[in-house]
Amino acid sequence: MSDEHIVSSFDEDMSRLRDLFLEMGRIVSSQIQAATRALRKEDRMLAKQVIANDKQLNRLESELNDLAIKILALRQPFAGDLRQVVATLKSAGHFERMGDLVRNSAQRTNTITKAEAETGSIETLVQMSETVQVMTNSILTAYERSDSEMAEEVRMQDETVDRLHNSLFREMLTYMMEDPRNISGCMHVMFMAKNIERMGDTVADIAKELIYMATGEWPEGSRTKKDKTSRIVIEPEADA
Amino acid sequence: MNTDAPVSDSGAKPIMTARNVDVFYGKKQAIDNVSLDIPENQITALIGPSGCGKSTFLRCFNRMNDTIQICRVKGDIKFAGQDIYDPKVDVVALRSRIGMVFQKANPFPKSIFDNVAYGPRIHSLSESKDHLEDIVITSLKRAGLYDEVSDRLDEPGTSLSGGQQQRLCIARAIAVDPQIILMDEPCSALDPIATAIIEELMDSMKEKYTIVIVTHSMQQAARVSQQTAFFHLGELVESGDTKQIFTNPEKERTQNYISGRIG
Ligand SMILES: Nc1ncnc2c1ncn2[C@@H]1O[C@H](COP(=O)(O)OP(=O)(O)O)[C@@H](O)[C@H]1O
Ligand SMILES: [Mg+2]
Repeated sequence: MSDEHIVSSFDEDMSRLRDLFLEMGRIVSSQIQAATRALRKEDRMLAKQVIANDKQLNRLESELNDLAIKILALRQPFAGDLRQVVATLKSAGHFERMGDLVRNSAQRTNTITKAEAETGSIETLVQMSETVQVMTNSILTAYERSDSEMAEEVRMQDETVDRLHNSLFREMLTYMMEDPRNISGCMHVMFMAKNIERMGDTVADIAKELIYMATGEWPEGSRTKKDKTSRIVIEPEADA
Repeated sequence: MNTDAPVSDSGAKPIMTARNVDVFYGKKQAIDNVSLDIPENQITALIGPSGCGKSTFLRCFNRMNDTIQICRVKGDIKFAGQDIYDPKVDVVALRSRIGMVFQKANPFPKSIFDNVAYGPRIHSLSESKDHLEDIVITSLKRAGLYDEVSDRLDEPGTSLSGGQQQRLCIARAIAVDPQIILMDEPCSALDPIATAIIEELMDSMKEKYTIVIVTHSMQQAARVSQQTAFFHLGELVESGDTKQIFTNPEKERTQNYISGRIG
């Protein structure tokens, strides 16, 4: 739909809406990158920076909300335009939420780096975080190109994050059972992992919105959820 | 020639069917091979840019085009399975089954009562004076006008406001107990409140009647109709479930028109 709208200020509003959304996405991506680096390098200053940057996302989201509401009220868009406004509005909310999760992760960086001594590598956390960042970058490209296939691939990638989360969960349980002094550190790692796992889910939610935006259809069925941690139960051994 | 019609997606059974309809004004073709089903007890909206043939197509449904000398209608239009262009059809009776409300409210220069009583009188539908009064009151009620005019039924219809006059015309159409009511831009001369009242009325009327409305307002089509048909240059480009048409139309031409990209 490249044709110009009869009312050119309508096109301007729509293009401003897209720009705001892409800007939010790029900030989320760089926040994830910084938070990951802060974690790996035990860089507390960087972690603080990530926490401070989150305000930008909140500001952009509220600007985007106002613009989307203005477009809906004054322009009454239909068809592809309508889908774009609604999908963008909802996805911006998802980005804002991702921002909160990154900030929360950054807040834990300090405690995690201390816990690492007892729990071994944070490599899995880093890997999860990097995967989510890749997904975020792809979703921005998918949005710019209105590419539903690319969005579908992003939904699939979330399975990788879920699998890493599962294996980390099992690993942490083992540590905790080995020595109760590990529990505190492991719990922090698990909370952090859960944050990142949720970020992955949230990008997958955006992917769903984009598929609707591009095709007018919701993706078929719900994606099979590979995060199984909610069903893992470990019994202490009877003769312990 | 294509005889397969785009059947409405709604699943409701059609009360009217149009197949391969062509309409000419002299040599000029205004409607080109249009097939459309009108589902019963639903509101069907005909939309499209001015001059695309909406009114022309609407007028085929009760043979209103017969009144235009140079107008010729070809194709097959059935009402309840009966060919309405069959020479044996009584056109006056047909128009009582398929009533019409126009863009500009056109009450007769008579009292409110006589405006509504006009149809039942010429069709001898009433058995007595009381019965006629009954028909008039019921029709005014169904048109959502009775409460506003109950104490002045003998005043001229033209003394009413624009929105009330339009509802008077709806009452007049209802009085002869039609099955279908055709409306050609019924709200285009009305303010938003009067428009909202008519839209609300249409919504309640669809329980008893089938409505086909021509509207230049896409918002109105989206608000009131269950089925939408988009016309462009005398062709039916696309028809279907209103929600589908306004969120995810199939054809690019529809997409462009409803999102304001062609005039
Ligand atoms: N009575 C008429 N005589 C000649 N041409 C007409 C007449 N009514 C409509 N037309 C022509 O037929 C085409 C469709 O008109 P119409 O059905 O009124 O369109 P719409 O209702 O979509 O605006 C237009 O080109 C119009 O000029
Ligand atoms: Mg017209």
